[in-house]
Amino acid sequence: MTQQFSLNVNGKVHAVEADPNMPLLYALRDDLGLNNPHFGCGLAQCGACTVHLDGKPTRSCVTPLAEVGNAKIVTLAGLGTADKPHPLQAAYVEEQVPQCAYCINGWIMTAAAFLRDKKKPTDAEIREALTGLKCRCGTHMAILRAVKRAAAMMG
Amino acid sequence: MTKHEKSAAFSRRALLKAGGALVISIGAPIAFEDVCAADAATAVVTKPALTPDQLSSYIAVNAGGSVSVYFGKMDMGQGLSVAIRQMVAEELDVAFKDTKIFIGDTATSVNQGGASGSTGVQEGGHQMRMAAAEARRVLVEMAADKLGVPADQLTVTDGVVHAKSDATKKISYAQLIGGQFFNVHLDWNGKYGNPLYAPGKANPKDPKDHTIVGQPIPRDDIAPKVFAQTNFAMDVKVPGMVHGRMIRPAVAGAVPVKVDDGSIKDIPSAKVVWDKGFLGVVADKEWDAIKAARQLKVEWSQVAPPFPNQASLYDHIRQAPTRKREEGKPVGNVDDAFKSAARVIEAEYQWPFQSHARMGPGCALVEIKDGKVTCWTGTQKAHFVQTGLAATLGVQQDSVRVIWTSGPGSYGRSDADDAAMDAAVLAKAVGKPVRVQYMREEGTGWDPKAPASIHQARAALDASGNVIAYDYLSKGFSRIDVNTNGSEPKDTLAGQNLGVDIKSGDGFGLPGDSYGFVNKRTAWETIAPLLDRASPLRTAHMRDPVGPQIHFASESFIDEVAAALNADPVEFRLRYVKDPRDVAVIQAAAEKAGWQSRPSPRKDQSGDKVSGRGIAYAQRGPSRVAVIAEVDVDRSTGKIWARKFTVAHDCGQIINPNGLRHAIENNIVQATSRTLWEEVKFDRKNVTSVEWRTYPILDVTEAPEQIDIVLINHPEIAPSGAGEASSRPVPAAIANAVFDATGVRIRRAPLSPGNVKSALS
Repeated sequence: MTQQFSLNVNGKVHAVEADPNMPLLYALRDDLGLNNPHFGCGLAQCGACTVHLDGKPTRSCVTPLAEVGNAKIVTLAGLGTADKPHPLQAAYVEEQVPQCAYCINGWIMTAAAFLRDKKKPTDAEIREALTGLKCRCGTHMAILRAVKRAAAMMG
Repeated sequence: MTKHEKSAAFSRRALLKAGGALVISIGAPIAFEDVCAADAATAVVTKPALTPDQLSSYIAVNAGGSVSVYFGKMDMGQGLSVAIRQMVAEELDVAFKDTKIFIGDTATSVNQGGASGSTGVQEGGHQMRMAAAEARRVLVEMAADKLGVPADQLTVTDGVVHAKSDATKKISYAQLIGGQFFNVHLDWNGKYGNPLYAPGKANPKDPKDHTIVGQPIPRDDIAPKVFAQTNFAMDVKVPGMVHGRMIRPAVAGAVPVKVDDGSIKDIPSAKVVWDKGFLGVVADKEWDAIKAARQLKVEWSQVAPPFPNQASLYDHIRQAPTRKREEGKPVGNVDDAFKSAARVIEAEYQWPFQSHARMGPGCALVEIKDGKVTCWTGTQKAHFVQTGLAATLGVQQDSVRVIWTSGPGSYGRSDADDAAMDAAVLAKAVGKPVRVQYMREEGTGWDPKAPASIHQARAALDASGNVIAYDYLSKGFSRIDVNTNGSEPKDTLAGQNLGVDIKSGDGFGLPGDSYGFVNKRTAWETIAPLLDRASPLRTAHMRDPVGPQIHFASESFIDEVAAALNADPVEFRLRYVKDPRDVAVIQAAAEKAGWQSRPSPRKDQSGDKVSGRGIAYAQRGPSRVAVIAEVDVDRSTGKIWARKFTVAHDCGQIINPNGLRHAIENNIVQATSRTLWEEVKFDRKNVTSVEWRTYPILDVTEAPEQIDIVLINHPEIAPSGAGEASSRPVPAAIANAVFDATGVRIRRAPLSPGNVKSALS
């Protein structure tokens, strides 16, 4: 039933033995001990589990291990650190975005890929890029301010 | 002997002061003079019992001089922790940065009620302020003794007590008590939870002297979260932990009658836990637990579908027998006034069941080890969960420790408490620590719901257009069908599934306003739940419990009366609102929004795309909020964009304006979501809103363009709740704006495209 997988996560390679149908989310959380991303829906509807696979925002809750292959996986923890923050992480702190912060993975990881590819986006373009992501606490206004702040930082 | 007296006796026996040195003497006979001497010791090396009458239960000065604050409420993400630290730092005269706060751990804090009714600052902060003021008083007296300077000639700067006239005569808090504990009794009122109050002898500062309170100090819990360094309740792991998942029936009310363990025998370590209606699985690996829960073959009891057709929900509420009725304080004689009315206006409004639908479904970890129970949970009320776990497991409360850990959002009595009890039952059954996380369909489909309701309002007008009587009735499911906390098994799914006796509570609410109608009657009535046990439509508190629904109706209705009289909605409200602070928020919002006086609806628009503006206001306890919504309506699709809000907010003294602005803004957006989209769907058998497609919420593309907030600060008035108040005027402000835009009054929430389009056609 189980197979050996080699996962390249945040620049380190890890061996995982698991059911090939198991979503990547559980390998990251349970086998590798990464507390982010989070389980929100298991249906790719909310974004709380978002990671980058070769730079592409991907819902790890519906991505079977068998489909990960050699992709380079980056999680929120790998995006930046307190010493060397990604502009979105710095902007989130500056704008004081949270309520609960459980949804952060989806917004930051999705916006990070968007801002990498799209410079000086308009408000409408930012909203369209983030559509579908959920924030139940209603912090949308602060999220939009943070993404705009990060966009300005990223030129 | 009460617990309170016992703890005092213990501290006397343990700690005797002799010649300025602390001597520990345990179990020795105590002479009367020793007891008196011990009473004088305000610093002790052994922490007094964790009881509400001990100053050490709230505040400690550490060896290095930093201050630890122990708080029995929780910060559910609105920044309350910062506000509490500000209040404590202010009273103690220590730097804000030198404070640390520990919240919601039953081992370090007393039961101050948890997160509850936006009382974090109002009640919890009040207590912490009094405790901090007392700590300062005691420390200054200790310093007076050491320095030989009278206490009234001393002052405190950043944790250093010094003579007002000679700054070199000084001693720090750290030198006075650092690393030891206060041995100071407070005048506890004997109550736990929100009403807990235990002041000392000190009076808090005059607000005009505040330098820390009122500052926009940023939160320091955000950086760890964006750098993935924070453990949420979902992230806690302990050695030997296994994973649990619950299994719920397809037809609500059914219970398992046959469970085929063999159907999951191919899944490593998977095990069934079945007791009456309680059915779960555990496995060593999380994915195996999920697979086992999906794969397990279960035969369920045959039960009649418990629910009415959703289309007849409001008929059901209208016709259901009233279980309890309560009235507000009556004014005049409403019935007589209606007999003399020249004109009567009446309307009925309807509000659906709504789900907390938290970002992550309920999750908890319970470990039972060496006679001790430990639970990590995102509950709002750790101390009540402690009681509930003790009852569920049949153990003493003091052998249970509940550690609140950040959860995935929290807006009231969610499924967090259910998850804690389920985890405890599973952990006891398998003899291992069990982490339960619900699946999405449980998080939306099986969480306690905000109650559905109808609201009937009528107004009597005289020939001159004066309101001579007002009559308002809410009738709906109870906001405490299951209680606001999980302190009793009967209020949790685990308890109900295990067959405990159940008792549905009755509670609703009244409009919060100061309309001075000469004859006025407000009332509420509750009805029985549709299914009395383990129901996915059991009802409980959800952010501003019953506030949005009550004021959707009451403030829409005020607008209807204004429109009937061809009056401007702001001017009409100001004609009748009596409270000066209410008047002030209405005027402040209108001024900020550039409100132009005219009656609704607008008469200058044609075509499919129309826009309008609407106002609503409400009190919530001592707080009051006015909200003006400006909306765009597409008549062809029924889609509403709540484009701009202007909010005027008065919650007395503002502790932290930044935190307050965020709390308000998020309330506005969440309430907009509830107004425009949210409705729990169900069929005869079960709830059918089970994820984000079947329970849509506001998308970021639909978020407002702008939210302007006017904060009205009253440093002289005690701070009151701000965590929920701004939610309640939002539904009516939007509905009133839609009326202004379209001339059509929509009296049923949500104002979703389908509902709006059919209302407009």
